Amino acid sequence: METIELPLLLEAMVQRYGYDFRDYAPASLKRRVHLAMQREQGVHTISAYQDRVLHDPETMARFLDVVSVDVTAMFRDPAFYKALRDKVVPAWRELPLLRVWHAGCATGEEVYSMAIMLHEEELLDKARLYATDINQRLLEQGKGRIFAIKKMKDYTNNYQKAGGKSVFSDYYTARHDDVILRAFLGKNIVWAEHNLVSDSSFNEFHMVLCRNVMIYFNRKLQDRVHRLIYDSLPVGGVLGLGHGESLQLTPYENCYEVVDRAVKLFRKIR
Amino acid sequence: MKYGLVVIGASLGGLNSLRGVLSALPGTFRLPVAIVQHRSSDADDTLQFLLQKECARLVREVEDKEAIIPGKIYLAPGGYHLMVEEDHFALSTEAAVNHAQPSIDLLFKTAAEHFGPRVIGVVLTGTGTDGALGLAEIEHGGGVALIESRQTAFAQEMPAAAIEATRHAIELKLEEIGPYLVKLDREQEAG
Repeated sequence: METIELPLLLEAMVQRYGYDFRDYAPASLKRRVHLAMQREQGVHTISAYQDRVLHDPETMARFLDVVSVDVTAMFRDPAFYKALRDKVVPAWRELPLLRVWHAGCATGEEVYSMAIMLHEEELLDKARLYATDINQRLLEQGKGRIFAIKKMKDYTNNYQKAGGKSVFSDYYTARHDDVILRAFLGKNIVWAEHNLVSDSSFNEFHMVLCRNVMIYFNRKLQDRVHRLIYDSLPVGGVLGLGHGESLQLTPYENCYEVVDRAVKLFRKIR
Repeated sequence: MKYGLVVIGASLGGLNSLRGVLSALPGTFRLPVAIVQHRSSDADDTLQFLLQKECARLVREVEDKEAIIPGKIYLAPGGYHLMVEEDHFALSTEAAVNHAQPSIDLLFKTAAEHFGPRVIGVVLTGTGTDGALGLAEIEHGGGVALIESRQTAFAQEMPAAAIEATRHAIELKLEEIGPYLVKLDREQEAG
């Protein structure tokens, strides 16, 4: 039954709200649909859920939360940031202006990680960090610079492993169960809603980070997003993917050289 | 083909058990093997390296959407869940499932969903109950359910939970698991 119901639900979402999940990877998407359904009272079938989604925009908003909220962290995969600092950042010193795009940034933990690193490399003042996501609610949260205090131990650990040059706690002020990041870390970040499925490239960047976003897409949609990223990078521009992701078998495999294979850093060469 | 995929789940004490199983697989072993070993999210490639040393087949960490190919040993990378999706693997960074990431249940359930009676599930040593529900689904789908005997398992909790959750699962000592998989692999060659 679900093989009939699921495509209908996805069709309803695209027609009613313009959100297109039809080319999302089915294994995760099915799980997310069921998680979202569990949060709705009295919904036992995908058809019943579809009915509610169609007639109640809040239900759609909650679905978006379930689909887009993910585990993220500051300096996630410290080795990635270490390699970035050692192998990519030095070339940025010559630039008059630095543009970095975090595609699918969720609540912005990795954007602030970049801001901290650029600050320590004295590059933050000339940088613009574009933080985009499909979910406006996550962007609002990120813009607030507030994070749970209980995560700071892990983040501090990550920061140190990532080659941090200062003391991590200098970057935030604790209040109750939260911390607020210092305001200067957010001043060069541009938060904007952007849907990788349906929107096009909006600028040219020195680096695009799209980490653990495309794992939720099928191959066809991955190819589309790789095209979008390719179009957003000049020759010499850098692409950062997640540890479990790869350029192999994409149409753009031969357009990049490897900067660091283990942490999935690539440079556009043609 | 009678079988299409072997899935193995391990937690505490898993390195030793995985080595025991993999070292018994000859270079001619044809079934693809997917492994979830519980570990921290920032784990490096040490586990892959240690397992490769014991194994005649190529051991590699899965990359997203990688095709499932006979004769290869696939390892869930740290920080991701590993799932089966048609003829390839899919990764996810969603929250821990039943306190575990990577989740054995997720791998087993998605393997059962796509391979049905053609999947062989193996629960090895470990604490917690991850893998029990997944193995039950493999059994329910007509697949083969194997569990490391509590006589050899370093931590018995996970094998015990798997026995509790299944009806006909076969309990095998660690040294018997590899040869049993080889036997199943040869069966499908014959027929």
